[in-house]
Amino acid sequence: MKLFFASFSGLLGALWTPLLWAAEAAKPETKVNMTAILMFFAFVAVTLGITYWAASRTKTTKDFYAAGGGITGFQNGLAIAGDYMSAASFLGISAMVFAKGYDGLIYSIGFLVGWPVILFLMAEQLRNLGRYTFADIVSFRLSRVPIRTLSALGTLCTVILYLIAQMVGAGQLIRTLFGLPYEYAVIIVGALMILYVAFGGMIATTWVQIIKAVLLLTGATFIALGALHHSGYNLEAFFRAAMEGVKASGLADHKKVVADNKDIFAPGGLVSDPISAISLGMALMFGTAGLPHILMRFFTVANAKEARKSVFYATGFIGYFYILTFIIGFGAVVLVAPNAQYVDMIKGTLQGGNNMAAIHMAHATGGDLFLGFISAVAFATILAVVSGLTLAGASAVSHDIYANAIRGGNVNEQTEMRISKGAALVIGIIAIFLGIQFEKQNVAFMVGLAFAIAASANFPILILSIYWKNLTTRGALIGGSLGLISTVVMVVLSKTVWVDVLGNKAPLFPYKDPAIFSMTLAFVGCWLFSKTDNSQQAARERALFDAQSVRCETGIGAAGASGH
Amino acid sequence: MNNDPVDSRLIQRIRDNPKYQQLVQKRSRFAWRLSILMLIIYYAFILVIAFAPKSLGIKIAAGSVISVGIPIGVFIIVAAFLLTGIYVRRANGEFDELTRQIKEETK
Repeated sequence: MKLFFASFSGLLGALWTPLLWAAEAAKPETKVNMTAILMFFAFVAVTLGITYWAASRTKTTKDFYAAGGGITGFQNGLAIAGDYMSAASFLGISAMVFAKGYDGLIYSIGFLVGWPVILFLMAEQLRNLGRYTFADIVSFRLSRVPIRTLSALGTLCTVILYLIAQMVGAGQLIRTLFGLPYEYAVIIVGALMILYVAFGGMIATTWVQIIKAVLLLTGATFIALGALHHSGYNLEAFFRAAMEGVKASGLADHKKVVADNKDIFAPGGLVSDPISAISLGMALMFGTAGLPHILMRFFTVANAKEARKSVFYATGFIGYFYILTFIIGFGAVVLVAPNAQYVDMIKGTLQGGNNMAAIHMAHATGGDLFLGFISAVAFATILAVVSGLTLAGASAVSHDIYANAIRGGNVNEQTEMRISKGAALVIGIIAIFLGIQFEKQNVAFMVGLAFAIAASANFPILILSIYWKNLTTRGALIGGSLGLISTVVMVVLSKTVWVDVLGNKAPLFPYKDPAIFSMTLAFVGCWLFSKTDNSQQAARERALFDAQSVRCETGIGAAGASGH
Repeated sequence: MNNDPVDSRLIQRIRDNPKYQQLVQKRSRFAWRLSILMLIIYYAFILVIAFAPKSLGIKIAAGSVISVGIPIGVFIIVAAFLLTGIYVRRANGEFDELTRQIKEETK
């Protein structure tokens, strides 16, 4: 607890100094937004207060990893939404709708449709079979050491890539919104997430996500209402205004649309060929079902009933949110695109970067005060997502690698928790370091890669271990590794990395999204090497399937909830 | 193996219970059907984008600027939510009641 106070006051000091410094040294193009800073401080103060309260309630590993199992379905639904609606979706998708029109909706639909499938095939199974990480489920029958190691590797790859993308995004966003230097922004985000996770564990993380979800949904609702209000809540008038907006727009993308005589309400050139369309669809849909920080949320509820409710609420909130981003994007075409205050009419870009459509919309609909609120919400959004990621990464290190793979499950709870907190610290520092290193890099591909790894390495072994009796350790190990390695190789050789990052002339792999190939490889690998596995161990693993399905179906023997 | 092994006789008793077989059959059929429905809706959409993207640009009515793609997109989002609602309703009612009875009978 003393340590908490020390870091708390240290952090406050560390926060103030650069802020004051930034306030004094602010350059004209990076205005310091005092409303945003004050609102952000209010958020940090509340969440650190919650972390302090959560720390006093985090006594066991169950508290630390799973919030004691006492989260309700509704709360968890909000927290899942808070975990899933990243700043990338809020800013990225509304910006994509803004610049490309209908294509933005294709992405948001892909991000959503994974949820029903998670509910139908995985939610209650996860709850009934697992305790803290998705590796618990895969290693229910299969051999502990290799399977835990592979799952932890899949988790850490997903988490680190996702974290870097969030950190770089956070640094750039905060620099624009708060007028704060990039490095300070990354360090503040990293320090806060370490505090939340290391001291407050899953309880604090859950509440940070819930508060953020409420703030983001409220803020986005107001922007969308502001957009519709402008057209008198008449949809025909709204979309007609958007069409006029494109013609009057100063944005280069929009000028191209007008020149090519394209329709912004129809699919454009974003998805170029059938293979890419299907592959992207697979990565978005099944990637969601393999994201470790999302899967982990299912262990925080008491039973299968609450797990199902969580997904129902989460799907509702996330779906509603994507409809809002769609309205915000087109609203920005009406209110932001023709306005020289927001668009650099000469360069044809948005002030502050092309992801700023939603932020400018906040200003266009609610003035400076509302802009401050939305900026603070965007910051809170990043914090909630990176905390969830850090906790998932720390759990993979302490629960999968240390407690199970190394110590064979015989481990003192307090030691496991200490390892987990240490891991959160290390992951946080790595994220800060890489976030700063990657400042000037194009990191857009990293979220896509994280989804592709989740879809091709984590998802196949998880779903097969639940449903396919014949899966053996050998099959899962070879199939999962094939999925992981092939995804990384194909992404590195594709245009996004080979050309855009490494600067080569032509890509060696023609498609942007590898999921259709890497997922096939993973499933075929799992199938082939399980089918041909005639070892005694394989026979034992198959024999355990009956016990697994009884527990999976009924919840008998599932890790119960103390539910304080 | 790794987790507490549930008593094997208990497992056998549960598996022999006709209600357990009923639960497994009903639930898995329902879950897979809904999953396939969701996949069909989504991949139909993706295939239209892949092979006939222009068709989503047809206007909903003469003189309107709104394309059919917009209500279709919103429909998919709403459908995803409704399907989860349908599943949760039946699972938290009928299936959980069956599970409760099985637990009761095999105690």
